[in-house]
Amino acid sequence: MSAALLPKPQMRGLLARRMKFHLLGAFLVSMGSAVLYKFGVAEPRKQAYADFYRNYDPMKDFEAMKAAGVLESTQCKC
Amino acid sequence: MSLCVCVPVCVPVCVPVCVPASLPSSGVVKAEDYTLPVYVDRRDVPLPEVAFVRDLSAQQRALKEKEKASWSALSADEKVELYRIKFKETYAEMKKGTNEWKTILGGVLFFLGVTGIILIWQKHFMYGPVPHTFSDEWLSAQTKRMLDMRVNPVQGVTAQWDFDNNEWKK
Repeated sequence: MSAALLPKPQMRGLLARRMKFHLLGAFLVSMGSAVLYKFGVAEPRKQAYADFYRNYDPMKDFEAMKAAGVLESTQCKC
Repeated sequence: MSLCVCVPVCVPVCVPVCVPASLPSSGVVKAEDYTLPVYVDRRDVPLPEVAFVRDLSAQQRALKEKEKASWSALSADEKVELYRIKFKETYAEMKKGTNEWKTILGGVLFFLGVTGIILIWQKHFMYGPVPHTFSDEWLSAQTKRMLDMRVNPVQGVTAQWDFDNNEWKK
């Protein structure tokens, strides 16, 4: 063999090390995706709905739709 | 009177088997190769059941005899030779990656390309015209009707339309 010996490799605790790594990784990935979804999708959607309905006037919308002629139960001769 | 024969059961071990001489055959069925333990290079099997080299040359047999004496008398090359008799690949060689992924990626992309050519040919030579409901006039009328009906006003198509200026929101 060559004069310099190779360093002794890790002999024990291989599964424990792998499990620790993967448990931590799985936790981070799942929590991270949950957090990303909450603040990327859920919160903006709730905000959009709140903003839409804050000053919403259904009668105005109804008049606009009636004027456009898309409602079958009304008659618009305009 | 019986016939005693030395039969190789596991490759390095010969077991004497005694059989009555009155039997008509040679006595014992020869062990087929596939019934014997095999050598295998696997990361989870560090010490396979048999050595890699089964039939040693005269030189290798001499080396094996030398191995029975003190190991510090062996040179580095002899130790490597003894290793190579016992094992086919080192762990480093076993775990070495190949370039197979390039072949696979190339094959996948190639067949995706072939599929694309087939689809283009089909669209050009085989399919008839699309329905009239896909024309620009129909689509604009369709979109206008969706906006009039206030489809998806919170986050969808109506939310992107500016009613005061009659145009899409910037």
